[in-house]
Amino acid sequence: MTASQIIFYLIAAFILGCGILSMTTRKIFRSAIWLLFSLIGVSALYFWLQVEFIAAVQIVVYVGGIVVLIIFSVFLTQQSGTEMPKAPRKRMIASILAVLFGFAFTFSLIYKNNFKAGDGKFDSDISRIGDQMLSTGEQGFALPFEAVSILLLAAMIGCIVIAMKAPTHQQAASQAEPKENEGNISAKPNAQ
Amino acid sequence: MNGIPISHILFLSTALFFIGTYGMFTRRNLITMLMAIELILNSVNINFIVFNKYLWPGKLDGVFFTIFIITIAAAEAAVAIAIIINLYRSHRSIDVEDATELKW
Repeated sequence: MTASQIIFYLIAAFILGCGILSMTTRKIFRSAIWLLFSLIGVSALYFWLQVEFIAAVQIVVYVGGIVVLIIFSVFLTQQSGTEMPKAPRKRMIASILAVLFGFAFTFSLIYKNNFKAGDGKFDSDISRIGDQMLSTGEQGFALPFEAVSILLLAAMIGCIVIAMKAPTHQQAASQAEPKENEGNISAKPNAQ
Repeated sequence: MNGIPISHILFLSTALFFIGTYGMFTRRNLITMLMAIELILNSVNINFIVFNKYLWPGKLDGVFFTIFIITIAAAEAAVAIAIIINLYRSHRSIDVEDATELKW
């Protein structure tokens, strides 16, 4: 067993252990922290696979963005120390059975399929990724890039609109009154 | 490649996917369900990268799919958390069992 193999199995055990703990612990804040470690493990796996750009993006977007967002929403919406109610025993057993069956079925398919390794050298150089991302040619990804950027803009505006605090009735009335007065004042000279 | 057969890495991503599915089945809190979705999306990302690296090493399509999935996951998490915060304001709870207005 070479060092590379040992590192892979360590990373895999780390990801799976943190993932299981994240989905089974009953305190929501701990769940978010275990998820954070699991995502860091996934980015370590990308480093092991030598796709450094994706590993960096994984850390920046998931660890630096999404998990922080989740932790903030935990703070905003509930007491992070309280335990969540336990799932009913019947549902828990049924979901464990469903998950085990699904896993066995999928993995038996994967195990029987003999994948043919491709030839050629894998080269995920960042300049190569950038060239292909913005090229409009045969293998270019310029159109999906633009579509995704519009999607991000739409999601950002949508978030602001959804999360904006709707003014209560009294606030709306008090905000509207001065404007009516101004309108009256400016309207009077015209009427005279 | 690196001495690890592809099926071992696929074992990892399959296990991660079904851990996320287990979370989806048992949790009833919207934020933890969102965390389960993040785990599932991560397992899909691992699959794309591994298939690209092992089966079509000359191309970069899997890497691009992964980048786009990460982007869309970020947008999805942001929208989901805006909805959750708004739901908490009106219902004082983020349990899916309490939000039944749209249930037929």
